[in-house]
Amino acid sequence: METLAASSTGLLDFIIANRGEVLELTLEHLTLVAVAMLFAVAAGVPLGIALVRRAGLRRWVLGAANIVQTVPSLALFGFLIPVPLIGGIGGRTAIVALTLYALLPIIRNTYAGLTGVDPAIVEAARGMGMTDRQLLWQVQVPLSLSVILAGIRVAAVISVGVATIAAAIGAGGLGTYIFRGVAMVNNQVILAGAIPAAILALLADAGLGWAERRLAAR
Amino acid sequence: MSGVQQSEPVIEFRDVAFHLDGGAALVSGLSIEVRVGETLVLLGRSGSGKTTTLKLINRLLEPTAGEVRVEGRATMEWDPIRLRRRIGYVIQEVGLFPHFNVAQNVGLVPALENWEPERTRARVAELLALVGLAPETFARRRPAELSGGQRQRVGVARALAADPPLLLMDEPFGALDPVTRAEIQREFRGLQQRLGKTIVFVTHDVREALLLGTRIALFDRGRLAGIYAPREFLRASDPMAAEFAAAARYDDLFGEQ
Repeated sequence: METLAASSTGLLDFIIANRGEVLELTLEHLTLVAVAMLFAVAAGVPLGIALVRRAGLRRWVLGAANIVQTVPSLALFGFLIPVPLIGGIGGRTAIVALTLYALLPIIRNTYAGLTGVDPAIVEAARGMGMTDRQLLWQVQVPLSLSVILAGIRVAAVISVGVATIAAAIGAGGLGTYIFRGVAMVNNQVILAGAIPAAILALLADAGLGWAERRLAAR
Repeated sequence: MSGVQQSEPVIEFRDVAFHLDGGAALVSGLSIEVRVGETLVLLGRSGSGKTTTLKLINRLLEPTAGEVRVEGRATMEWDPIRLRRRIGYVIQEVGLFPHFNVAQNVGLVPALENWEPERTRARVAELLALVGLAPETFARRRPAELSGGQRQRVGVARALAADPPLLLMDEPFGALDPVTRAEIQREFRGLQQRLGKTIVFVTHDVREALLLGTRIALFDRGRLAGIYAPREFLRASDPMAAEFAAAARYDDLFGEQ
């Protein structure tokens, strides 16, 4: 019945008619992304910081994060299903996959930001007798916040897109409409998932971009 | 040299060398004594080892042979953090923290040393006035809002903040325009006499060396070519010294008409 209504009227009518479900899927989508980003930031930023002083760790961590990034997202979701504890059908697996995807840009930008601080500033800081810890927290981290945030922004935009695939393993989100639309060969249903997802990505990009510019201007 | 007072050297290089990991020597066979209250200028061409020598003093670099002694103790026996807090450090690029205002930059070492905020504030105001910046105008400005000369003055004030007995300066006025440089050099000379710090000053500008140095240590390809009083320097027989001396005269010819 829904399909009938949607095909005869417009996409907008479909969304209005199903506003409850659209809203629910959007919130579900947002939750997946937000939780995954929380984990990715909590793990990625400290890892990026750790890499500055551990050249040995750098190759392994950046290598591993790079490999994760090359795995097609649908395959990554699939691989995780049989993994005990973190796997299975549903939101938990999706969050793990999204977190893994978001790690690389965050780690890489954190590392690049910290090591990209003007060498003269670092030399002056060390010459004045700052300890490594003081140098890190009072100089390097504050001066690389905007670069770190740029990494978080890239990760967030990627996550909003990749999260549409989470529906394939029963995690819900706006991908639900996309997969349903593909199965029904109904473009309007596909668009009802794709357009809100695109809007979410644009909003995340704009919001974090704004925060990044504010930090860079300081 | 009967007029020169002989006292315990504050800084002493004992047959010091510094090699890169690859084995290339940046300085070698270096033996120098820096006396209390003097300004020793390290003069030489680019790549002659002046900056390396300076960084060996505050242990930003560690000697690969011999030892550098500061206040009678080898730098390798010092806690590097303690050592550096006793030594003011000024570099050409200044390296002010862009996210700190002028007062926070100058008050950095006092803050690291946990001074009372009131004492730090008073010290910052005193130092800004000393380097010719009105505290009420400049204290709250960010480095980006300063001219090159003002930035370098803040750099000097920052190095003096915790009243260190030693000051290392690496081409501090090298990036300034000639007029500002001459002005800041004159002021710095007055400051030297008032403060009585022991200073090691790196430059490749002969006139600056002659103007500011108590003695001039001439560097040539990683080795010490000789140490001269400014007057001796102009008459030195060493070919490198003669070249620099000629450059000073050449400056005279075209600099002031």
